[in-house]
Amino acid sequence: MSRAALLVLADGRFPAGGHAHSGGAEPAVTAGRIKDAATLERFCRGRLHTAGLVAAGLAAAAAAGCDPLLVDDAADARTPVPALRQVARRLGRQMMRAARATWPSAELDALAAARPRGAHQPVVLGLAARSAGLAPLDAAYAVAYENISGPATAAVRLLSLDPFDATAVLARLAADVDQVAQQGTEAAARAVTEGVDALPAASAPLLDITAEAHAAWPVRLFAS
Amino acid sequence: MTLAVPAPTAPTAVPRAAGLRATARITARADGGGTTRLPVLDGDGPIALRRLRAHGHRARVCVVGAMSAPLGGDRLAIEAVAEQGSALQITAAAATVALPGRGADHAVYDVRLTVADGACLEWLPEPLISAAGSDLRMTTTVDLAPTARLVLREEQVLGRSGEPTGALRSRLRIRRAGRTLLDQETAYGPGAPGWDTAAVLDGHRASGQLLLVDPELADDPVAVRLLGDAADGAGAGVLAPLAGPAALVTAVAPDALRVRRLLDEAARSHLQFGL
Repeated sequence: MSRAALLVLADGRFPAGGHAHSGGAEPAVTAGRIKDAATLERFCRGRLHTAGLVAAGLAAAAAAGCDPLLVDDAADARTPVPALRQVARRLGRQMMRAARATWPSAELDALAAARPRGAHQPVVLGLAARSAGLAPLDAAYAVAYENISGPATAAVRLLSLDPFDATAVLARLAADVDQVAQQGTEAAARAVTEGVDALPAASAPLLDITAEAHAAWPVRLFAS
Repeated sequence: MTLAVPAPTAPTAVPRAAGLRATARITARADGGGTTRLPVLDGDGPIALRRLRAHGHRARVCVVGAMSAPLGGDRLAIEAVAEQGSALQITAAAATVALPGRGADHAVYDVRLTVADGACLEWLPEPLISAAGSDLRMTTTVDLAPTARLVLREEQVLGRSGEPTGALRSRLRIRRAGRTLLDQETAYGPGAPGWDTAAVLDGHRASGQLLLVDPELADDPVAVRLLGDAADGAGAGVLAPLAGPAALVTAVAPDALRVRRLLDEAARSHLQFGL
């Protein structure tokens, strides 16, 4: 494997469309739940250990060779609101285009054919990591980090937060990212033998509720 | 404001240091005449079962806590089966309070529900209250046949009035026709990183879910509805279709009463049934 492939996959400039999404930060800013670096950090920690853990498990499972269609079903079962299922599939479709151009593989082609409207983004990312010769832990790291870098970047725009402060938040969450990537990877290893029910299913009620509220806004800066 | 803790019940003579093991069982069977019988109604240990007067063709059972449980170290389970064509409603007499045990062991509470073709199960317990210092791992596992119907409510209250919460981990898994329709784990309290943040509960101390699974929802899914308004302190919720013939209400609120109001509002106004 090439460690540099992980940098390409995890690069914020990887053309997969993530920059248009705030990961729930936009409704949280409007509700006053995120107002500075300290509240951004708390929000990101909560998101990371719930939605981030689920996404890390899904990505690691796809990278570990679990049937991507079963992992995609597991993603649906762990995403109880349609706004977030649609976002995950839209981002998955964009990730699929970028991944097939970058690391072409028969497995990516097969998933693209089976899910023409897009598979859940972490599943595609996990399979892209596999096609790039990366390990399940690498895929889990890329997804866990992206899970908090999205809201942090969005908060810079939404709050005019100092980019240095936002980056410091991400650095302070490094140990949490390590933990979540590890947990997701261990669960994925169990899923290979026990089935996808072994994957994490941590829920965040407010992320679900506010995602649907945000999707109904007539004007918004971010798509989600 | 929190729901009243149930009145203390008769003290048990069983020493509790090692923890209890108990499994209560219920089986509902359709008889030829369009009603449902209960050939199995076996309480066990702290879980007593009472038969209530039937509503039409629907058999009704009330779960009565016969002593304080679950305590740390206890392993409790309820298994209910609604056989083909039967109709069963299970309610509870009072909230369940997870309490600390004498030792460091966590408590386990497993609910296993099976609903056969043409059967309908309503699982409508009272809230689960996580008392300070308690540690409970709960699982609710439901297996549904393709034409089974399910109404399921669960509510979690973090701490009795004014106290910090215990550790509460609860996994809800619904399988239907061999596929997993819903898989969710909530983890609150000590040892659950990030639970008390703006992404998860934002200071709310009660959460609840109301799930309806009905084959008819495959052709006629519910529309998304927002419930309550977080700004007025009454909590917030959403009713949304799952990726399958099911609708789920998710709500958070400052206390159990206000969570129940949000769930009831969704049931009455948007799901056309009363609880």
